[in-house]
Amino acid sequence: MTLAANAVRWLAGRKVIVDGVSVSVEPGQTLGLIGPNGSGKSSLIRLLAGLRAPAEGDVLLDNRKIAGFGRRELARRVAVVEQHSMTEANVTVLDVVKLGRTPHRSALSPWTGADDEIVEDALVRVGLTDRRDQFWHTLSGGERQRVQLARALAQSPSVLILDEPTNHLDIQHQIDILRLVEDLSVTTVVAIHDLNLAARFCDRIAVLSEGKLITCGTPTEILTEQMIADVFGVEAHVSTSAHHGRLHIQFLM
Amino acid sequence: MTPSRIRLWAAGTAGVLLVLAALLVAITAGVAIGEMTIPMKTTAAAVTNRLGLTDIAVPRIQEAVIWDYRLSRSLVAAFCGAGLALSGAILQSLLRNPLAEPYVLGISAGASTGAVSVMLLGFGAGAISLSAGAFAGALLAFAFVVMLASGRQTADRTILAGVAASQLFNALTSYIVSTSANAEQARSVMFWLLGSFAGVRWPDVALAASVVSIGLIVCIWHSRALDAFTFGEDAARSLGIAVQRVRVVLLLVTALMTATMVSMVGAIGFVGLVIPHAARFIVGPGHMRLLPACALVGALFMVVADIVSRIIIAPQVLPIGVVTALVGVPFFSVILYRARRVA
Repeated sequence: MTLAANAVRWLAGRKVIVDGVSVSVEPGQTLGLIGPNGSGKSSLIRLLAGLRAPAEGDVLLDNRKIAGFGRRELARRVAVVEQHSMTEANVTVLDVVKLGRTPHRSALSPWTGADDEIVEDALVRVGLTDRRDQFWHTLSGGERQRVQLARALAQSPSVLILDEPTNHLDIQHQIDILRLVEDLSVTTVVAIHDLNLAARFCDRIAVLSEGKLITCGTPTEILTEQMIADVFGVEAHVSTSAHHGRLHIQFLM
Repeated sequence: MTPSRIRLWAAGTAGVLLVLAALLVAITAGVAIGEMTIPMKTTAAAVTNRLGLTDIAVPRIQEAVIWDYRLSRSLVAAFCGAGLALSGAILQSLLRNPLAEPYVLGISAGASTGAVSVMLLGFGAGAISLSAGAFAGALLAFAFVVMLASGRQTADRTILAGVAASQLFNALTSYIVSTSANAEQARSVMFWLLGSFAGVRWPDVALAASVVSIGLIVCIWHSRALDAFTFGEDAARSLGIAVQRVRVVLLLVTALMTATMVSMVGAIGFVGLVIPHAARFIVGPGHMRLLPACALVGALFMVVADIVSRIIIAPQVLPIGVVTALVGVPFFSVILYRARRVA
């Protein structure tokens, strides 16, 4: 599915957080959102996911306004993985992944064999089949994000939206999560801090600063030394990696 | 169904039947125990006589005690326990706070203030009942807590708002009682603030039964939505839950159940806090099983607590709130102690 924001604007109180941003992702592609802290990445993510309604502008899913979708209808198409999922409840890995089936079931409809298969698939995908009965609070940060990813996959979405899913993770688990996402055929939007990871895993990148869209394009078009200096205020050297042929950014410290 | 799921259902059904049986025994015991000891057999005969199933001779006075006093009392205790436990479970899930319950959040205190205002100040000039006053008070306290804790809803802010509400409404109640009540009224209000099942009659049973049944059905209907709240409101919304509507409906149902109970038997603490945690230990966090479990265990607990309140210093009767706290606090300490090792 195509997901697009059309000149969306969003305010917290009187403060403009997202200021007339237009971005779009083609089916099966991955769009990365980058920008300094407080640039409006998380807010734009919430608007794209339909968790907040824009004050102006529209978010479109296959050219249809998402405001016109029912809540469940939308949740069957768009799944979200948050930065940091927390709960006090004593739930198991399986309990969490099964939550993903919520939008596909009515209030009292029974759990079906098909639901079981989808949940099983999701667990296989993230490699947690043997951890299904483990309690959430005993998992590491990386494992928790994999569980949340499995829960999102159990929603059988066409669009996956991730808000800095690799924050707080060590480098191995960061790559782990992004590899999993890369292998999916769904349309993906991911807010991400690490520019090298963005260059490696995204088809297109949108740069945000102070709520405005600065530029949008392929990593090679976007990740220039000039842009990094202007937006992030850091001097960098950008080259093509001999290893994977993607851009490689070194910060000159 | 897979064999493991069939086993689960079988275990669940057996558990429900076991608790139901225990509840029946407890209610019968509640009817048999008291100043006048009535044999279980007589109790059963009196009940089946009324239902038109049997025609066994039962002494008039015993029948009157069973039917007009003790049975209605035990049944109200059962529904009250169920309603309070259910309210606690809903609040804990909705506010994502293990300490939330009507008593802690000051809703019971608000209901008390409302009822006392009607009773002593004559609010509504007799047009509104005690229950309506209690209901209004509960809603007011609820609005107060929600308003104070609005914005970033962190666990401690909600509880702090609840503490403020409890203090405020308890102070208001005390103020009204000390300025407006004569000695006799003050005494009757006092026993009522700590909770008592004395004086409940059949109309109370009907009211409690209907409110708790409706509450249980509405809550179970929303059990999937409550599960979806596990990771907070945004997570629930992204799973397709109409967060605002679910919150309003469930908070209203909670306020309705609490207010009805408080207007009938006074403010009873700790049931709403302890029972949901105990039930979670038994059936896990999934609401489809947790909510009925809370209702059943809450009912059983309250009926037993009522019996204890009558025999512990017989012939006097302890306020029920004293018993629930005396039983509830040690029990809760054990839960906290065990949770310490898990977390």
